[in-house]
Amino acid sequence: MGTVFGTGSGMVEKRGKALWLTHVCMIIAIAFICFPIYLAFVASSVQQSELVKPPMPLLPGSHLFENYKEALFTGINAPVWKMLMNSMIMGMGIAIGKIIISLLSAFAIVYFRFPFRGVFFWLIFLTLMLPVEVRIVPTYEVVANFGMLNSYSGLILPLVASATATFLFRQFYMTVPDELAEAARIDGARPMRFFFDILLPMSRTNIAALFVILFIYGWNQYLWPLLITTDPEMNTIVMGIKQMIPSGDDLRNWPVIMATALLAMLPPVLVVVVMQNLFIKGLVDTEK
Amino acid sequence: MATVSLKSLKKSYGRDEVLHGIDIDIADREFIVVVGPSGCGKSTLLRMIAGLETVTSGDVLINDENVNQHEPMDRNIAMVFQNYALYPHMTVYNNMAYSLKIAGTPKAEIKERVERAAQLLQLTEYLQRRPRQLSGGQRQRVAMGRAIVRKPAVFLFDEPLSNLDAKLRVQMRLEIRKLQRELGVTAVYVTHDQVEAMTLGDRLVVLNDGYLEQFGSPIELYQRPATLFVARFIGSPAMNIFDGMADGTQVTLDGGVRIDTGIAASGRVKVGVRPEHFVADTNGAFKVNTSMLEQLGSNTLVHGTLAGASGAGAAEIVVSLPGIHTEAMVGEGLSVAPSELHLFDPDGKRIDG
Repeated sequence: MGTVFGTGSGMVEKRGKALWLTHVCMIIAIAFICFPIYLAFVASSVQQSELVKPPMPLLPGSHLFENYKEALFTGINAPVWKMLMNSMIMGMGIAIGKIIISLLSAFAIVYFRFPFRGVFFWLIFLTLMLPVEVRIVPTYEVVANFGMLNSYSGLILPLVASATATFLFRQFYMTVPDELAEAARIDGARPMRFFFDILLPMSRTNIAALFVILFIYGWNQYLWPLLITTDPEMNTIVMGIKQMIPSGDDLRNWPVIMATALLAMLPPVLVVVVMQNLFIKGLVDTEK
Repeated sequence: MATVSLKSLKKSYGRDEVLHGIDIDIADREFIVVVGPSGCGKSTLLRMIAGLETVTSGDVLINDENVNQHEPMDRNIAMVFQNYALYPHMTVYNNMAYSLKIAGTPKAEIKERVERAAQLLQLTEYLQRRPRQLSGGQRQRVAMGRAIVRKPAVFLFDEPLSNLDAKLRVQMRLEIRKLQRELGVTAVYVTHDQVEAMTLGDRLVVLNDGYLEQFGSPIELYQRPATLFVARFIGSPAMNIFDGMADGTQVTLDGGVRIDTGIAASGRVKVGVRPEHFVADTNGAFKVNTSMLEQLGSNTLVHGTLAGASGAGAAEIVVSLPGIHTEAMVGEGLSVAPSELHLFDPDGKRIDG
């Protein structure tokens, strides 16, 4: 990057002061975004007594590992590893479930002619307008009647159908030339074989991109787990943090809460970093 | 290995009939080309043989067996598509092996058959590549390879060369012909290109608007076109058509030119003359007002209007004269041997003497 700007081969030449100015602006912006996270990190590395006495420490302390150990294995309401696992199961369940269901429903809508095909598509499409919060009361009623409160299926199933993903896969399938399906038919592939052998491998970059988005969507669910999990053992991490925050005059262990917050951030970050190549490919590429 | 018969085959989309009863008998090992302008139903016809389109009425017989209700895979056919339709995520090897894998052919046999086909098509060194890494001509070959490995009874081609450049098209045309002879399979080939049709086909099917215009050998179509449509469609430059009035074996063209046709007819007729059948003759009946010359080296194309005594019916005329002609041909006469004249009635049907 530096060499490109330095030699001035770009459309706009940037030298000297202009170059410095852009960098200073960027650094300030990044610092602005990162500072709260840094503070959380500092807070998670000191003792409660150091934290509550002003001024607030700005340099990391020496209790990092103790605090994280306490958060992970003891926690406040429930051990954080348990909440992380709950979140992981919920996030994975939602992401994988949504992808499987929308791959199949898009396949049905695009490749099969059945009565009211258009009606079904528009019904699915209409649900795009209904976020979780709108249908939360009836959904709660249904889940409660099925006895799925405080269970993984209760956390995952109501969120597992996705109009967005169905729509995305439908659009992708429609760009696949008809001749490909016909060639497969002549080659002797039955519909499901065509789906697994040809359509699925061709959608893999879309699947990866969608997985990242949906996993983070599942991981960040707050309202729904708050409603249906009353047992701390079933809490997910995002709502768990909220439950940790002291109310009224309670004294709570802030370093442990901060450690929990940082731990909660890690998995989505890891997913994005690991899958970012595929993610960008899936959004940009049309591999045909 | 296989004969194909179509018996009064019809196809409708809703109330719209696009094929109006096609009857064709294709002999074993024959190369049939279906040709016609776009939208004439030729691809639909091919897709009905393949089983990709349902039959509205009539029958498709392969080896005297009615296959109307058979799935494409059960018809013992292979098809090469216009855009090749290769599976983009599979290597060339897997593309060719896919149908055999589905059929549950033993691995060793798949390998042997794919490698033999690859050798035949000079694809051996590309077997591990993906379609994206191949040129248009190579993709075309892979598509053919995919058809060959199945050892089908009938090859179906749907405008397979239309995405290639002119030079490659000529080369692939020859290769397809050679391959079909070597493998001894029956082939049905759809194209809109009349040169491709004339050079490839043992027999040609000319379709127009869902009707079968003529079914015969390329030379038959050229020498004795059954309808006005075939006469115009086959041959390049296209045949000249003049309106006229027949009286016995004589026709008076609208421009006033009288010619002897040797064919008994009466009433309004259309007279067809191929540009290459005009012969320079100072006493000839045809006189041309030249508007433009096209020098092609081996011959010269003369564009103009037919000069008549009345001068009213200025019929367009194209003449192809062998050799090089530089001076305008105004006034110089042209004649045509009566045997090279084609006579059609007002409905476009051929009139024979």
